[in-house]
Amino acid sequence: MALKPAEFKTDVHNDWCPGCGDFGIVNAIQMALADMGIQRDKTAIFSGIGCSGKTSHFINTYGVHTLHGRVLTFAQGAKIANPEMTIIAVGGDGDGLGIGAGHFVAAGRRNVNMTYIIFDNGVYGLTKGQASPTLKLGEKTKSLPSPNTNSNVNPIGLAIASGFTFVARGYSYDVRHLKDLIVQAVRHPGLSFLDVLQPCPTYNDLNTRDWYAGADLMDEAQKRHSRIYKLEDTGYEPTVHYDSEIETNEKLSQALIKSLEWGTKIPTGVFYKNENTTPYTVRLQDKIPNYLENPPSKQNISKNGFSNTDISKILDSLEV
Amino acid sequence: MSFTDFTWLIGGPQGSGVESGANIFSRVSAEIGYQIFGKREFYSNIKGEHSYFTVRIADKKIHSNVNDVNLMASFDAETIFRHYDEVVSGGGIIYDSDILETSTDSVRTLDVPFKERLHKELELKNKPFTIAGVLDIAKEKNVLLFPVSFKSILHTLAEETENPRLRGLVRMYNVIGVSLSLGLVKMPADSLHKAIESIFSKKPEIAKTNQQTATYSYNYATAKFENFDYTLSGTKKESGTLLVQGFQGTALGKMACGCRFQPYYPITPASDESVFLESNELLEIIGDRPGSTAVIQTEDEISAMGMTIGGALTGTRSATCTSGPGFALMTEMLGWAGINEVPIVITNYQRSGPSTGLPTRHGQDDLLFSIFAGHGDFPKIVYASGEIEESFYDTGNCFNYADVFQVPVIHLMDKFHASSVITCKRWDTEKISIDRGKLLEKVEDGYRRFEHTDDGISPRSRLGIDNGIFWNTGDESDETGHISEDPVSRVKMMDKRMSRLDLILDKIPKEEQVVSYGINDFTIISWGSTIGPVKDALEMLKDDGISIGLIQLKLIHPFPSDYVKSLLKDVKTIIDVEANQSGQLGKIFKQNVQRNVDYFILKYTGRAMTSTEVYDSLKRIVQNKAEKREVLMHGA
Repeated sequence: MALKPAEFKTDVHNDWCPGCGDFGIVNAIQMALADMGIQRDKTAIFSGIGCSGKTSHFINTYGVHTLHGRVLTFAQGAKIANPEMTIIAVGGDGDGLGIGAGHFVAAGRRNVNMTYIIFDNGVYGLTKGQASPTLKLGEKTKSLPSPNTNSNVNPIGLAIASGFTFVARGYSYDVRHLKDLIVQAVRHPGLSFLDVLQPCPTYNDLNTRDWYAGADLMDEAQKRHSRIYKLEDTGYEPTVHYDSEIETNEKLSQALIKSLEWGTKIPTGVFYKNENTTPYTVRLQDKIPNYLENPPSKQNISKNGFSNTDISKILDSLEV
Repeated sequence: MSFTDFTWLIGGPQGSGVESGANIFSRVSAEIGYQIFGKREFYSNIKGEHSYFTVRIADKKIHSNVNDVNLMASFDAETIFRHYDEVVSGGGIIYDSDILETSTDSVRTLDVPFKERLHKELELKNKPFTIAGVLDIAKEKNVLLFPVSFKSILHTLAEETENPRLRGLVRMYNVIGVSLSLGLVKMPADSLHKAIESIFSKKPEIAKTNQQTATYSYNYATAKFENFDYTLSGTKKESGTLLVQGFQGTALGKMACGCRFQPYYPITPASDESVFLESNELLEIIGDRPGSTAVIQTEDEISAMGMTIGGALTGTRSATCTSGPGFALMTEMLGWAGINEVPIVITNYQRSGPSTGLPTRHGQDDLLFSIFAGHGDFPKIVYASGEIEESFYDTGNCFNYADVFQVPVIHLMDKFHASSVITCKRWDTEKISIDRGKLLEKVEDGYRRFEHTDDGISPRSRLGIDNGIFWNTGDESDETGHISEDPVSRVKMMDKRMSRLDLILDKIPKEEQVVSYGINDFTIISWGSTIGPVKDALEMLKDDGISIGLIQLKLIHPFPSDYVKSLLKDVKTIIDVEANQSGQLGKIFKQNVQRNVDYFILKYTGRAMTSTEVYDSLKRIVQNKAEKREVLMHGA
């Protein structure tokens, strides 16, 4: 049953800068949750550190505001212990692709059934605008003393290479499209990644809302041409339909090539989707047959205040 | 003639089966009723470096190793070079007669500082730098030498069993060594066969070859070796005796007390615990459907800790297991667990630091680090198990502390524990009580996770229960868990959390905090695995008519200052015994009890203390002949 987005709002004062792209993302998450009719107390938002880290406080579900770079570790632990939960992890691009890059890659290898959304704005906002991992080499946003000396990470490419099984990009000012992507991501049975382009109006004076809208790209008729376009409008087919190596490699390569597109044309939408990779819960169930029915969080561990675990067989084997 | 205290040593290159040799010896000894204390020493290496195992057996309860070796089973040169001088007069060395002329320089794994010390000794005694040289010294000390050609044993065996493969099967050397030893001390042959059968129960072919080799070697020793004074035919066996490896105490404790989630990252000497848990991941539950432990190998210790916290937030009893370097990586998250009042248990099998230190060697190096781990003030518990036997029950207690006080608990274990093999009384699951504290199963409307309460502990919801929604943040927060920078609220929250420390001291039973083994003019303060050697040393001193007191600190943070003060009020001389360089417990003791330690007995060679050397130092202290810092050095 669909709920109202308002049910997913808290009354916590939102202190993001006026015009911040983050607002669109929070709205899209709330809309997506409402659309899917997901029970609030079966849902948790895990967040990292930075402006985006505050997201969990604005959403009226369980909210866990974790540490810089570590959001995926907390979130995966909770999901593995209680696989009934719907879990969305959020964080900035510095959080997930800088300090947290190791966890990002490892999460891809596990394919735990949850969603990770990166608020991608090219700067470290809360520490006053230093260059973040997605800022391009040689670019100088306004509070940088000199142009960026590092090359950028390609978030979509890294997610694909790491093993995420649903990889998409959204734009924070296209809330409806973003909401649809979040719904798909949450419904995907595996680890989903959403790279959300999110202008920082205070510190990123290069990739602004106007820039994405193509204010600088006029044709002869003085008409603007938005940089952002949707892959689905171009007939791009992201899905691996069969569990075949040939098709998988083809779709992976296609997505990787597409991820390199930047400049005057920036693709959004689903880059890659593969439901054939076993989610982590299934891998655990192969080892522990009743894992899903009796996961760690559901297990009864005591009887009348004492242990109910029978370890006598192991003790017998140790007895001399 | 019956002996009650006997130490056997087996050594060889890493990967040559030293451990399974020791396993056979320990099983046989335990099977015929002896108490066991065995300890493994090894390099940070996979194959080739020297490793050895000392197994002490006795017909009374023992808690440690001693310096003296009664019988050494060697099948390579390095073992003899490194350990020949540990064998006592009247003891024996079984050695490979084919390697008599092997020189120190031809043993590539002998490191330079050791070789220099050995050469000096050989020069002094005017002996060649060979096996023959060192065995000469042993012989002059009245050590009995039992030469045997390992090669010809294999050759003869190959012919007798018509199994030519055996001729070159050097990996049988360990079985030959242990079987020769058992034959020499006349332990029952059928126990030897039983031990081999149980160790190789899953590999019948290998078991068969081992049995043949064992029989032949055992008979060889009884027929050819003579004049050895020791006969170990067994003693009264106590029923319900376990033969366990050190890491099994905490692992089985975790299973019994309901820990159902353990993310970890591999590190010596901690990983064995996690691997054992995963090997036994399916659990039988009395009167309920089967349970399980989800053991997850993560990408690093930070992730292990993050997952552990995530698991704990779902209400699952969650733990991780690590050693010093891994724990160092976890400390930022420890503070997060602290400010969010998340119950988790971190089992820290300490090793020698700093940095990578001596990665496979012992040290009680992380006491101060554990107490002060994490930035900012937050409550935590640091709890140390003494002997392996205790660690099973202590693990259960640690989880109760975590749940009841809603704090992270650091359970300190160490490498001495992890690589010891002991006999102990069968662990009793019925003694494992489960107290989840204020964990909620049902939540009423208007729930606030960090609500101020009379005792400073708020009812705890868990992810996924109806109406139980809460927020966590590493920022300071209000009662709902939302960020708050209000100065007044901040003070209230800090005081609420920190009030836990007094509550902990108040609520945890005194006998779980400190164990007193008697108080005397001279009284020892000690902690962790060092308790074992200290206990045995005190027994030895009793035989000399000397009584020394001992208190074992288990709850070290928060420190039970008043209780310790009251216990020690009449003590004249305080002796701190621990395995680190700076006397870490002594520092904490001084800070909390405002009293100086009079003597330190410290060891930081990376090898655990023996009771012999603790005894020697204590005796010097009583006789007023000791240094203020007695630094122990025994062990290769």
